[in-house]
Amino acid sequence: MEKLIEKGLLVIAYSSIAILFIITFFIFKEGLPFIFREGLGTILGGVEWRPTKGEFGILPMVVGSLLVTGGALVIGVPLGLSCAVFLVEFSKPKVRRILKPAIELLAGIPSVVYGFLGVILLVPLIRVHLGGPGLSLLAGSIILGIMILPTIISISIDVLEAVPQSYREGSIALGATTTQTVSMVVLKAARSGIVTAVILGMGRAIGETMAVIMVTGNAVAFPGSILDSIRTLTSNIGIELAYASGDHQEALFATGVVLFVMIMVLNLVASMTRKKRIR
Amino acid sequence: MEKIRVKGFGFAYQGGSVALENINLSVMRNEILGIMGPAQSGKSTLLRCLNRMVDALPGTSRKGSITLDGADIFSGEIDPDDLRRRVGMVFDVPVPLPRSIYENVAYGPKLHGVRGRKKLDELVEFGLRSAILWDEVKDRLGTSALRLSGGQQQRLCIARTLALDPEVILLDEPCSGLDPISTLKIEEALSELKSKYTIIIVTNNTKQAARVSDKAAYFLMGELVEYGRTKQIFTVPRDRRTDDYISGRFG
Ligand SMILES: Nc1ncnc2c1ncn2[C@@H]1O[C@H](COP(=O)(O)OP(=O)(O)O)[C@@H](O)[C@H]1O
Ligand SMILES: [Mg+2]
Repeated sequence: MEKLIEKGLLVIAYSSIAILFIITFFIFKEGLPFIFREGLGTILGGVEWRPTKGEFGILPMVVGSLLVTGGALVIGVPLGLSCAVFLVEFSKPKVRRILKPAIELLAGIPSVVYGFLGVILLVPLIRVHLGGPGLSLLAGSIILGIMILPTIISISIDVLEAVPQSYREGSIALGATTTQTVSMVVLKAARSGIVTAVILGMGRAIGETMAVIMVTGNAVAFPGSILDSIRTLTSNIGIELAYASGDHQEALFATGVVLFVMIMVLNLVASMTRKKRIR
Repeated sequence: MEKIRVKGFGFAYQGGSVALENINLSVMRNEILGIMGPAQSGKSTLLRCLNRMVDALPGTSRKGSITLDGADIFSGEIDPDDLRRRVGMVFDVPVPLPRSIYENVAYGPKLHGVRGRKKLDELVEFGLRSAILWDEVKDRLGTSALRLSGGQQQRLCIARTLALDPEVILLDEPCSGLDPISTLKIEEALSELKSKYTIIIVTNNTKQAARVSDKAAYFLMGELVEYGRTKQIFTVPRDRRTDDYISGRFG
């Protein structure tokens, strides 16, 4: 019986890994021939996306993805990190025990709900008070910034809690205030862990699709300001794949390959910084 | 001259668990007080009261007073961060900050507003020399303090306390994790430091107390059982329990 369960689990484990490989393989199989045919340069460097006319430049979308992800970090990292610092260093353990699970719950809210709130609340606010169409890089950055908060906060809390209490005591005993201790000792000791939190948040932001489609307007162009509309790589696939065929479909798979490689690089960097911390 | 006076002092942690009761003792300037006693007898608690490290804990209560140069350290006039500069503390487990040797020693002075490379260099050298560590590390001040040996780390912790130019140094079992040679080096440093500072050292090693201290105190379960000249305590203790402890018949 024991043996049987063990074997069963092994099969399940291998098949889920196999499925992941098949998916990866499939994306590359559909996308790579197109990339070789058109040339990586023309796809990555091209600024015109007109699938019906055979123009498949995705540079505006690469830029769009990077900008909205950067914007999300600019909003999410300071907020998330200060929230974690407050909870670990300045509040009672009891408060933390209640708030941390509550924050982690936020990660479970479907992204369409965030997108919906963005469209209903945020986009009109931006349109009325700041101008432009409202559906914009700014709206996308704010919504994504909020969506990555749970990731950043909960990992940062773990990282800060892992800083030995004796570091804090040593600093306090030298006459440092709590604020000085946090900024000069605790955050320094937690640096690589915080970098990991940021990178995982970044991965979440760059891969998000639904909420971004809903609030960024999806125009294929370089934005002139944060109030302009943008389209991300994920949005491009999400919007067009349903009706695309032929070259167009292959071009979307190529977009997927580019996205895949970007996220892989991020994860690699994240696991490298984590390994360094353990050592 | 009297540096520290502890008068009728009592302390309880959260929930009313009493750690110290009616403690009376005083320490003269340039004197070393050795505090002995079994685990859980309140020795660390007393040190943590002397530089108000206990402030951060919720729900504590205390009785009596502690004065430094005649001023009540718990009164509103004394700023706890400034008090901790004047009354430095070295812990039982040396915990250098995860930075370079130089940065570890310069950290305290920087906190208290010392600026300028030259001034900091001087303080770092002064601290490391006083802790008898300078010769071992002077060529690698930029390397991580975590690479030092345990004994060197403890002397680094003493050095960073000294760089603040304190008046009193509290040491909580500073040699408990160290080999005999490292212990000897630290004792050597202490006897040189005595001329400039007032020192209180908690030790679980009665021989160490006998070697380094001028006065000694024996704590047992939050009570100060005996307190007096080290010579007297180790030759003619007044209390049976002290006698049992120093002659190893404890427990
Ligand atoms: N942070 C704390 N909270 C509650 N009780 C404590 C704390 N620190 C020490 N105590 C209690 O105070 C008593 C004295 O401890 P301590 O001062 O550490 O003794 P020693 O240093 O002599 O071993 C012990 O009973 C211990 O359990
Ligand atoms: Mg102790």
